[in-house]
This record gives sequence, C-alpha cells and structure tokens, in this order.
Amino acid sequence: MVSPPVDKIPAPVPTVADLEEGSSLWRDAWHRLQKNHLSVFGGVVIIVLSFVCLFVPFLITNTFQEQNLELGATSPSLQHWLGTDTLGRDMFARVLYGGRISLAVGLSATLVSLTIGVVYGAVAGFFGGKTDAVMMRLVDIMYALPFTIFVILLMVFFGRNIILLFVAIGAVEWLTMARIVRGQILSLRKQEFIEAAYALGLGKRRIIFRHMIPNVMGPVIVYTTLTIPAVMLLEAFLSFLGLGVQPPMSSWGSLIKEGADKMEEFPWLLVFPGTVFALTLFSLNFLGDGLRDALDVRASKD
Amino acid sequence: MPQSGVPLFMLRFISTRILQAIPVLFVIITMTFFMLRFVPGGPFTAEKAVTPEVLRNLEAHYGLDKPLYQQYFDYLGKLVLHGDLGPSFKYPNRTVNEIIAQKLPVSLELGVLSLLVALAIGLTLGVIASLRPNTWLDYLPSSVAMVGICLPTFVLGPILVLIFAILLGWFNASGWYGPIDRVLPAITLGGVYAAYITRLTRGGMREILSQDFIRTARAKGVSEVRVILKHSLKGGLLPVVSFLGPAVAGIISGSFVVETIFQIPGLGREFVNSAFNRDYTLVLGTVILYASLIIVFNLLVDVIQVWLNPKLKFE
Repeated sequence: MVSPPVDKIPAPVPTVADLEEGSSLWRDAWHRLQKNHLSVFGGVVIIVLSFVCLFVPFLITNTFQEQNLELGATSPSLQHWLGTDTLGRDMFARVLYGGRISLAVGLSATLVSLTIGVVYGAVAGFFGGKTDAVMMRLVDIMYALPFTIFVILLMVFFGRNIILLFVAIGAVEWLTMARIVRGQILSLRKQEFIEAAYALGLGKRRIIFRHMIPNVMGPVIVYTTLTIPAVMLLEAFLSFLGLGVQPPMSSWGSLIKEGADKMEEFPWLLVFPGTVFALTLFSLNFLGDGLRDALDVRASKD
Repeated sequence: MPQSGVPLFMLRFISTRILQAIPVLFVIITMTFFMLRFVPGGPFTAEKAVTPEVLRNLEAHYGLDKPLYQQYFDYLGKLVLHGDLGPSFKYPNRTVNEIIAQKLPVSLELGVLSLLVALAIGLTLGVIASLRPNTWLDYLPSSVAMVGICLPTFVLGPILVLIFAILLGWFNASGWYGPIDRVLPAITLGGVYAAYITRLTRGGMREILSQDFIRTARAKGVSEVRVILKHSLKGGLLPVVSFLGPAVAGIISGSFVVETIFQIPGLGREFVNSAFNRDYTLVLGTVILYASLIIVFNLLVDVIQVWLNPKLKFE
C-alpha cells in the first residue's frame, strides 16, 4: 500500500522558498494542516482504515468467504460485531476485506490517472505553443465525452476484469490533473526564479527536477487526494450496477448493492458498508480540502 | 448587457460551438460503433436454439451480414439524413427512435425534478451559510452539505427507502405511478447536487459580499434583502452556473442508479439493460442522445455565464 499523503508533507524537499523564508514550504504547510482538526481527523481515519484493511488477515480469524448456512443472517452481536449476511458470513470481515479492494482500486486507478495526467500536462506546459494548443484542445474535446457511459460499456463487453477496471477508471480521471499541471508549468516558465536559474547556466534537467517539480508537487498532491474519493465512488457505482468486482470478492460498492437488495429484512447489511464507505469519502475529502488550504493551492488567501 | 435582440458576437459564439460539437459527436459515434462490433458475443448469441439458417436470416434482416464499413456508412447515412437510429435488435418490430421517445420523458421528468430539488435546497442553504460566516448558521448548512457530498446516490437512495418507505410507510419503495412516487427518487438524485450547490453558493456569495460595492450599498442604507437579491445573488451564482454543465452530465449517469433502485422505466435503466443485451443500435442511439444532451447543456451554461457576467468575453 502506498503510504498516505500525510507522510509526504514533512519530507524536506529543498525549494526556492528555503532561501526566501528560511523555513521549508512543506514544513509550513504541515503546521497549517495540523491546525485544521477536520483534516487531521480525516487523515487519521484513512491511515487507521488502511492499516486495518491491509492487515485484516492477521487481525481477525473469520474469513470473508467462510459460510455458515445454518446461522444465516443475524443482527449484530458480540460474536459478529456487524452481524452476518444471508450466507452466515461475518459482516465485519466482509466490510474490511471489501475495504481492501475499494482502497486498492482507489489507489491504483488514481496512480494510473496521476501518471497520465502529470506526463500529459507537463509535456503540454513545457513545450507550450502549438503542441500545447493541440494537446489542450484534445482535452477539451474529451471533457465532452460521456465517459461514465464508456466505462459501463467497457465493463459490460470486456468482462469484469479488475485490471481493466483500474485502467478504465484511471483513463477517465486524468483530464483535470493534466489541466492543473499544464497551467502550473506554464506559469512557472515565466517566473523570475526560473529565468534566473537559466541565467545562472543551470542545465535543463536541474531546472526541471530542482525547480519545476517541487513547485508542481503541491497541486498534484492536493488533486491526488481529491481524485481517490472520486475514483472509489466510480468503482462503487460500477459495482452497484453489477459491473465492478465480482463475487466471492467484494468491494464496498458490491456490499452496498447486496445490502440494498435485502435491506427490508436485514438493514444492517446496508447500513454498515454504507457508513464505512461514506466515512472514508468524508475523510478523504476533508483531508484534500485541508491540504489545499495548507499548501495554498488557490492563489487567493482569505 | 444587450438591451434587445441577440448580439452578433453571441450568435457567432453559439454557431462556432455547434460547429465544434459536430466532430465531437462524430468521434463518439465512430468509437462506440466500432467498439460495439469488436466485442465478443452478438445480439442473437444469447437466444436459445437459433439454427444457423435462422441466425443468417436474422443477420441479413438487420444488415449484419454486410461488411462492417458498409454497415457503418449505412448507419451514418440514415442518421444524418433521416435522424433514423435504426431498428432495435432485442425488441422485435420496434425502432430505437420509438423506444427513446417512450423512455426519455420519464428520465427527463426525473432529471428536471432532481435539478429543482438541488437548486431549491442548495441555493437556500448556501445563501444562509454565507450571511453569518463561522456561526452555527454557517456550520450547520455546511456540515449538511459535506455529508451530502459523501453519501453517494446508491447509499442515500436505499437509506431513504428504508426510513421513509419501509419504516414510516409514507411512500412506495419503488415504482413510478402517481406524483408521490417522484418524491424519493428526485431527492435521491438531487441530494448530492444540492450539497455541491450549497458549497458553491456559499463560496460565491462570500466573495461578492466582501466587496466594496456591497459595503457601499449597505452604507447607503439599502435593505439586507435587497443587498442579497439585487446586488449579490447574480454575481454570487457564477460558480453554481459553471457547475451546472457537468452536473447535468452527472444527473444523467446518476439516473442509471436511481432508476435501478426505484424501478423507474426510464432511459437510464434501458441503457444498462441494452448494454447487457448487446442491443447495438439501442446502445448507440442512447449514447448519441446523451452525448448531444451534454454538449447542448454545456453550451447553454456558457451562454448563461456570459449573461450573468458581461465582463467575460466569448472566446
């Protein structure tokens, strides 16, 4: 599992800000983030949840597949904290194993979109001119495509393959990232410290890695945190339509689907996965918002 | 602001955008058409006991035996010349146009109602939250909005059904008959957008309300109601308007889920079913319709944006 973005903040990346302010941009951001209690709460929830989901096989003895047909669906009890489903499977285990899939899809698909978006945006921004015009026009056109519909079609026609799921979702979500990175690079190119770096005779490579990338990192981190919930939502949406993760595997989306079908008799089958999923989205959104304020991605300060 | 008639630059803007939309639609049609044909399985493979002769007859009847490129040009020709989306492969003797004409009004009604719910709730909460920042009158609507954003349609819908239909018995759990059956689906679909609109309205209004001309208006003794309605709302709504374009696209795709949950006989459910059934023409027809709707609404939003903020020049 990729380490949560919170861990990355205090990393001492040397930037121009070091020279100007005497204190690292990242350290400042970290302090600002700590003051935002909702974001800290979101970050803690995500870290705890990720660890629990990652190490769930070592933490609990019931597996998500273990059936107990005689038991059937029971409401929450001391033995089964979140009750059991109609096949007598422990819901606590199923929710945690479902979280593994949902978080894994969230992170992998975000990684796909991150890679495409950053590379595309950086190329467009760095070369500028006609290359940029053509590449961004293409992005505009793709914004107009009904992507959700394409993802549905892809999943229906090419089997419900989990790798395809990553790629399909990742391929949909990269557009905004490309726009952000491109805008950032374009404006960076014109800034004085980059000109100064050129004037000092620094190589292109050094300029890109020492001066451009650290300055693009902020927005990229923020939008990555905000892409993860969007991606998880899309996966759950597909699973809800029966197009995502297939049984016996379960994601939060497919658990919610199952719960929604049986909620009249067994409401806990819907309530628990729904709550955990909503809480995760809640935490990720708050963390993203907090990071945006901390890293001051929007130009204006209130 | 134009006093009468539509100014020339507006007409030029709209016509350029429509011209740009044509290649986009063309790409969508082409991509979908060929994607559909390269997937395993066909519309008739699922049917039991289809003898090879019958299959051949069926394919000949629908023109599926012709070379692919010819099928493609036949389809495009009929579409462009007659607006004909072809016959459905799964519903014998019915055309895609007929099916869409029957199902679309249901989805449109749901979409419009949801949008109204979203605007009514979102604008009210947003304006309230913006007036007294950092008091409970701000925190309460803002928290409601955050919860709304994190409750996806497919969680909110079933939970609403559980509470209001099953436990309280106020509504039917599913179906689409009387006006009362519109309530839960419209709230479900509109809920998430209400949440976004609340946040955007609050943000937009905060920015306008902190400007000098508002302070001047207040200093001149203009009533608070007039300050809000006459001076700030128009500018404060700009972020909401630019959000509405993508929101329409979202409401369209959200309707797949809502129509499934509430068993509503709309186009969204039909689309998912037609994809499972490999009903090529119906899938393609629906995709074209959705894409056109999204393009039209994005254009509409751009025009409204300029009307609200004449400083924006059409580019």
